[in-house]
Amino acid sequence: MTAATHLSPRLTRTTAARVLRQLGHDHRTIAMLLVLPSLLLGLLHLLWRDLPGVPGQPDTFDRVGLTMLGVFPFVVMFLVTSIAMLRERTSGTLERLLTTPLSRLDLLLGYGLAFGAAAALQAVVTVTVAVTVYDLDVAGSAGLVVLIAVVDAVLGVALGLLASAFARSEFQAVQFMPVIVLPQFFLCGLLVPREQMAGWLQAISDVLPLTYAVEALGEVGRSAEATGRMWADVGVVAGATLLALALAAATLRRRTD
Amino acid sequence: MDAVTVTDLVVDRGHRRVLPGLSFAVPEGQVTGLLGPSGSGKSTLMRAIVGVQRIRSGTVEVFGFPAGSPALRDRVGYVTQAPSVYADLTVRENARYFAALYGRGAREADAAIAGVGLAGAAGQLVADLSGGQRGRASLACALVGDPELLVLDEPTVGLDPVLRVELWDRFHALARAGTTLLVSSHVMDEAARCERLLLLRDGALLADTTPEQLRADGRSPDLEAAFLAVVRAHEAGSRAQAVRS
Repeated sequence: MTAATHLSPRLTRTTAARVLRQLGHDHRTIAMLLVLPSLLLGLLHLLWRDLPGVPGQPDTFDRVGLTMLGVFPFVVMFLVTSIAMLRERTSGTLERLLTTPLSRLDLLLGYGLAFGAAAALQAVVTVTVAVTVYDLDVAGSAGLVVLIAVVDAVLGVALGLLASAFARSEFQAVQFMPVIVLPQFFLCGLLVPREQMAGWLQAISDVLPLTYAVEALGEVGRSAEATGRMWADVGVVAGATLLALALAAATLRRRTD
Repeated sequence: MDAVTVTDLVVDRGHRRVLPGLSFAVPEGQVTGLLGPSGSGKSTLMRAIVGVQRIRSGTVEVFGFPAGSPALRDRVGYVTQAPSVYADLTVRENARYFAALYGRGAREADAAIAGVGLAGAAGQLVADLSGGQRGRASLACALVGDPELLVLDEPTVGLDPVLRVELWDRFHALARAGTTLLVSSHVMDEAARCERLLLLRDGALLADTTPEQLRADGRSPDLEAAFLAVVRAHEAGSRAQAVRS
């Protein structure tokens, strides 16, 4: 455990730069990261464009589209991270890294930093396209939407790192995505408002971090100014991220069979 | 002084006992060869020495510290049998990353690349290299930290003879400068290049010797034949013991 406590900001940054360099060599992945969420959001826009709205209710696309701005980065970064970490494991580089001065937490934070930066770029593109091309109506600032999307992406990274500790093969790693992501999506309040859920489902929803990210986005959608509730929600998501990173560091074993 | 001291090391992998109780020492500043057929436990032993192998009992000490201690991380370099470098980075990017982990800079990284004869391929992605080149890129990423103990798991597999000789010359140059090297191999002609030999078979240490001593014990100038003679003598010995008991 000692190594997990010897943090080195320099080694964290070095590792983040290495992960970004790997990404930089993969042009198609960069293109997909930047463009895919915007295209999918466009599909949703077209789906609801010609449907009559319910008077007195917010526009469906405004509500769903805004939520998806938080869900896309979460899902994408979860997947990208679990595969990246599994590659470290199967290529032998993880074992090698564990014999170097790099601590486990440095490695995990490096990944968080790198994919967080990629997510920030993705969020700027997606939010810009959503507001300008698809006329997504947000009462609050677009900058806050980007911020929440990035925090959400880093949550996806942290959970991906944690899940990859339990995956022994690519098949298992890919299947952790529906296990971790879909229940959070079903219960986040988008499909059924949280007040209308059965009590026990609402209790589960209360402990799932994506719920708070979606609530935070809802706050930005409704209020022109940042609300205290929104900041509290962002705090919960950030806290869950740190918890997942700590758990991931604790479950990453230096000695294996 | 001994760089590595292994005492009563027992390692299980799954339900199989891979190392049933090994004790030996690796002297400092020499090239020690770990020789034995595939499956004899060489890699497991090396993993135990760098501190990534879960062990059942016994102790492994490196420079007086338990194997894998944080104090050892910048003093021990480890090269796995399969090249463990990032295939989606160039040779230079790999070397610079590992250099940074050991607190070294770009100059040391370039020197390490040149040292394994990859200067001409420094800008190429590892994925585009041949198997032998990948192995050398992996080696460069360990050399770059200038470690006091280098643990190399079959570093010369798949290399052409000229390069193999060059690498062995380099290992000896490192040893002369004070580095301790533990190099595994399953080719006996490499044993002749080591100062000390550890012969491993089915997880048991058949001999902790020197090439000269092995030739004398096996009564053959050819190390391969001498090794065979030692194995046969050992097996005859254990059969006789089995009959007596």
